[in-house]
Amino acid sequence: MINEILFMKGYGLYVWSAFSFTLISFAILYTLIKINLVKEQNKFSTKFSLLDKEKVKVAQIQSTHREILASEISSKI
Amino acid sequence: MFKLFEPNKIFSINSRITKYILLLFIIVLSIGLVEALFLSPEDYIQSHSVRIMYVHVPSAWIALGIFSLMALLSIISFIFKNKNFSIIAKSLAPSGFVFNIVALVTGSIWGKPTWGSWWAWDARITSMLILLLFYAMYILAWRIFGEREKAIKITSIIAILGAINVPIIKLSVDWWSTLHQNSSVNILSESTIHPSMLLPLLMMTAAFSLFALLIFLMKYNTELIKIKNKGLDRL
Repeated sequence: MINEILFMKGYGLYVWSAFSFTLISFAILYTLIKINLVKEQNKFSTKFSLLDKEKVKVAQIQSTHREILASEISSKI
Repeated sequence: MFKLFEPNKIFSINSRITKYILLLFIIVLSIGLVEALFLSPEDYIQSHSVRIMYVHVPSAWIALGIFSLMALLSIISFIFKNKNFSIIAKSLAPSGFVFNIVALVTGSIWGKPTWGSWWAWDARITSMLILLLFYAMYILAWRIFGEREKAIKITSIIAILGAINVPIIKLSVDWWSTLHQNSSVNILSESTIHPSMLLPLLMMTAAFSLFALLIFLMKYNTELIKIKNKGLDRL
């Protein structure tokens, strides 16, 4: 049974390598995009923490700014 | 209508739904893999090698679909001078690029047992390779041209020019005598594929579409945070 699934009448190598290549490509793409996203979120929160009180007030008016900071915290969790 | 595509609105929705899309993708992919690898029948001519179709065909469909969408968004961005459409098109490119590579590589792996060759300069395969080059040019143009306005213009031209290749890819198997088989799944006419093979194919297409959506949402958020980072500098 397991042999049949693995070898697939001699086509196993082709089938498994095609599926593996696809899934590995997905994993690499997902990881790269996630790393970039987290890097930008960290950069944003670092810049935000360096702002003085007046600028923080102005920046916090924008809902997107608040959302980025919130998502940065949740991605750390 | 363009208000629907306001970056702040999309960002707010994106942040909430990505984890659910990831979960849904894992579920649909797991079902699709079981169907494609174990439950679907082998082909009477190609035997088990036909299973490669379940990753090759959805990848090709999505690579073509994403490029068409990028071209459409570029045209809209060009006409209405709406930069957000360019950001959406830019965020779609990485997943389209990877799906195009997957379609070519899995097609090559499938070609060896069925045609006896890893590669053939056949109309369908060559036109898919040209599409990959357009994807590469599009992504590189965003990196090379630092000035945003210039980058938007050049990438829009690349996407619009590349879109000419899309119908060529679709019709290449009808126009020329090629090694590549004609399409078995048709929307307008009757499909020639058996339902026992169509189901896993559609399942894998759904899973791959969810993955493309997930990557798009994450990339779009990254692009938006980059813009907001520049905005903080100007405060």
